[in-house]
Amino acid sequence: MENILAHAQKVAEDAEVFVVTAEETEVHFEANRLKQLQSRQQTSVALRIIKGGRLGYATTTSLDRVNEIVDDAVETARFGMTARFRLPAPSSYPEVAIVDTSVASVPTETMIGLGEEMIGPVTTHTPGIICEADISKGTISVRILNSRGGQAGYQKSFFSLGIEGNLTQDTDMLFVGEMESSCHPVTDTRPVTDAVLQQLELAKHRASVPGKSLPVVFTPNGVASAILAPLMAAFNGRTVLQGASPIGDKLGRPVFDTKLSLWDDPTVAYRPGSRPCDDEGTPSQRTPLVERGTVAHFLYDLQTAALAGTSSTGNGSRGHGGLPAPAPTAFTIAPGSTTFAEMIQDMKEGLVIEQLMGASQSNVLGGEFSGNVLLGFKVENGTIVGRVKDTMVSGNIYQMMKQIAGLSREVKWVGGFLQTPYLYFPGVAVASKT
Amino acid sequence: MTSIEYASGELAELLKKADVDYMEARLEESQSSHITYRGQELESIGRTTAVGGNVRALVKGGWGFFSFNSFEELADKVDRAIKQARLVGSQKSRLAPVNATVDSVPWEGARNPVTIPLAEKKQLLDEYNEIIGRTAGIQTSTIGYTDSHKKTVFLSSAGSFIEQERADVALRLAAIAARDGEVQQVGLSLGSLGDFNAIQHLHGQVAEMARRSVVLLSAPQVAGGEYTVVLDPVLAGVFVHEAFGHLSESDFVYENAQLRNIMTLGKQFGGAHLNIVDSAAMPRLRGSYRYDDEGVPATKTYLIREGKLVGRLHSRETAARMKEPPTGNARAVSYRHPPIVRMSNTYIEPGDVSFEDMIADIKEGIYAKNWYGGTTSMEMFTFSAGEAYMIRNGKIAETLRPVVLTGNVFTTLQNIDAIGNDLEMNQGGGCGKGAQSPLPVANGSPHIRIRHCLIGGK
Repeated sequence: MENILAHAQKVAEDAEVFVVTAEETEVHFEANRLKQLQSRQQTSVALRIIKGGRLGYATTTSLDRVNEIVDDAVETARFGMTARFRLPAPSSYPEVAIVDTSVASVPTETMIGLGEEMIGPVTTHTPGIICEADISKGTISVRILNSRGGQAGYQKSFFSLGIEGNLTQDTDMLFVGEMESSCHPVTDTRPVTDAVLQQLELAKHRASVPGKSLPVVFTPNGVASAILAPLMAAFNGRTVLQGASPIGDKLGRPVFDTKLSLWDDPTVAYRPGSRPCDDEGTPSQRTPLVERGTVAHFLYDLQTAALAGTSSTGNGSRGHGGLPAPAPTAFTIAPGSTTFAEMIQDMKEGLVIEQLMGASQSNVLGGEFSGNVLLGFKVENGTIVGRVKDTMVSGNIYQMMKQIAGLSREVKWVGGFLQTPYLYFPGVAVASKT
Repeated sequence: MTSIEYASGELAELLKKADVDYMEARLEESQSSHITYRGQELESIGRTTAVGGNVRALVKGGWGFFSFNSFEELADKVDRAIKQARLVGSQKSRLAPVNATVDSVPWEGARNPVTIPLAEKKQLLDEYNEIIGRTAGIQTSTIGYTDSHKKTVFLSSAGSFIEQERADVALRLAAIAARDGEVQQVGLSLGSLGDFNAIQHLHGQVAEMARRSVVLLSAPQVAGGEYTVVLDPVLAGVFVHEAFGHLSESDFVYENAQLRNIMTLGKQFGGAHLNIVDSAAMPRLRGSYRYDDEGVPATKTYLIREGKLVGRLHSRETAARMKEPPTGNARAVSYRHPPIVRMSNTYIEPGDVSFEDMIADIKEGIYAKNWYGGTTSMEMFTFSAGEAYMIRNGKIAETLRPVVLTGNVFTTLQNIDAIGNDLEMNQGGGCGKGAQSPLPVANGSPHIRIRHCLIGGK
């Protein structure tokens, strides 16, 4: 790593080397049976240089390819964006607990046992259901070095387990599922299986909804499948800088219901999205995005922040092997004062959305979503009466979030990147097959 | 000799000695470049080289898989995969037989896209971006270009040794219009099996795309409900991929007794005019290849013929378990993943209805064009159109905001009542399944008409 940096410094004004090594083991169950064990050892090396004031960038899979990666970065720097930022000088980082050394020593046999523990109750509850289950664990090590003396690094452990079930009856297919992740070993399978069993119970009966505007509750999984993508795009500093975020010019203005508060927080202990610094070596921080309905801030990396005349929020992420770009680490929607049960009781006729399929294939930038209810339930007179099908739910989050009927006190982590309560909206467009 | 050639020699010896039912290794060496723009500014330009490999062992029906970047201590890696497979296996291993093959398939293109000077690629993208930028009403744009060239060596304990090269080019452009807090966008996606020419000379299409995104700002949103819908070849291609192609992937079917019952060969799924094919053996498309990632030769597979289910897509394992011939559809996005059952080039064969006849007797319907996205849960699918128009009294009428279509595969295939004569293959999409995305595929269809299609809306 030092070698690549030294070489790069000879040909460029500034340079930064970013190295991730990861080791992962995954136990995979297919059709209710243990099917495959999979391990990965992975190294990726990224070099970013500033040469002639411009950014050059190259990546490879081995620290030994010193000349190649430097040459590639130099070639791209002829065309790269003008660098408006300075690489971080030595800095201090917050303490973020993200390593549990006991993850590494969880035996494969124990992971296999967790899979059996998930599949057992589900197949007993619903004979004929076909389950896939995955249990994975691993460690990630990140190191960043730059020519201004900045250096950062951390290790992280992660563990996750999840189950998906498919029940096919004639041509009807029901999909249920739940997962949980942590930097600690996840050894209690009950929260996951309880959630799946509840979905199966609620789906036992069928119900139909009329095509009109109806009150709708999005469960935490439902929020992730429908509402998250437009929010993530809207608060991305780069979308804002481009003028493509509908709330980009609304800083300090009330845009949402005053019940809504939202922030990004990579410092929560033992969450898989947490980290002491971002992928550029900027210290992590909690960034408020919406405070009681008012737009508070956007998410930035170094370059975007410099272009926008602000500071990085520590959200520089190298998602797809490219240069760092702003991305959330863990979106958190503040809890409200009601409960999921009270929301249901409040509805005369309405819907509960657990999974909306294809919702983010719409005009996400404009805040729109439209999807097929993959898993959702009809509510009649305060009671869930059954599962709905052949139903589409569409909306615009900017219109919907102006008036939120309620947020629950219960909050849940979804997929390690979102913490949210149940969200209740008074009227959402529903179309159904007649 | 390159590092993968050295390593493949060593692995060939190790596989021969392995005490397993079956074992294979896949080594890869790739180069790629990317250029992205946001608005008028180039956002990221970079080059990537990667070297990696994996070994996969089968013992008593259980698989062990190990992937790596370092080619040191290969014997340990082979051991680890074998140990994993032993821990899993408890049944009988079953794989459809294939001949051991020694072959070398070089890339046949004229110019490796990765070695084309970055200046030339940037020049082209600059031209497109300028066209978008100077369109009145446009707020901004995004452009993503990637190319890659990959050499793969596949070897198996049965004695196969197959070297293959392939290249890929993908371009996605989007024009974003904004007014009064409203944002609308229109995109264009193209790709090819490494042929850079496929993304050149698009200036007219790019201008049209930009113009349309501005028009959308004042377009009405359709009222949700059931409509008669006509799909253009691009969107119909996405439809056949999402709605039926994924259901034809046997890994979802072979252990599911209920589904096997529904998917019995010979069952009627659509009208006698409906023929659906998957063929990696078609020349020079993004989903084309000579051998799949299990070393099985590519085939042309009829999935539906004259409305009847006649075939499905297989890996060696699913073929053996369903007692059907292997089709060469086991693919992996990279050495980091084991191969799983995937589509290649999937299309509806052309019929004989002209576009004019197709819309002539529609009183009120929707003409949906262009791809924006699509997904499936097997039974239910959704896909979204980049462009949509009302059809009124047999004529194309006003522009609509983009629409999302949804349906149940079993009824929707029956509801296709007209198939056009104008087959086109689209190569702009990438397919995602499990953690493996995007896999290069091509989809195609002529214009088709579907009755009673559910559309989301206000």
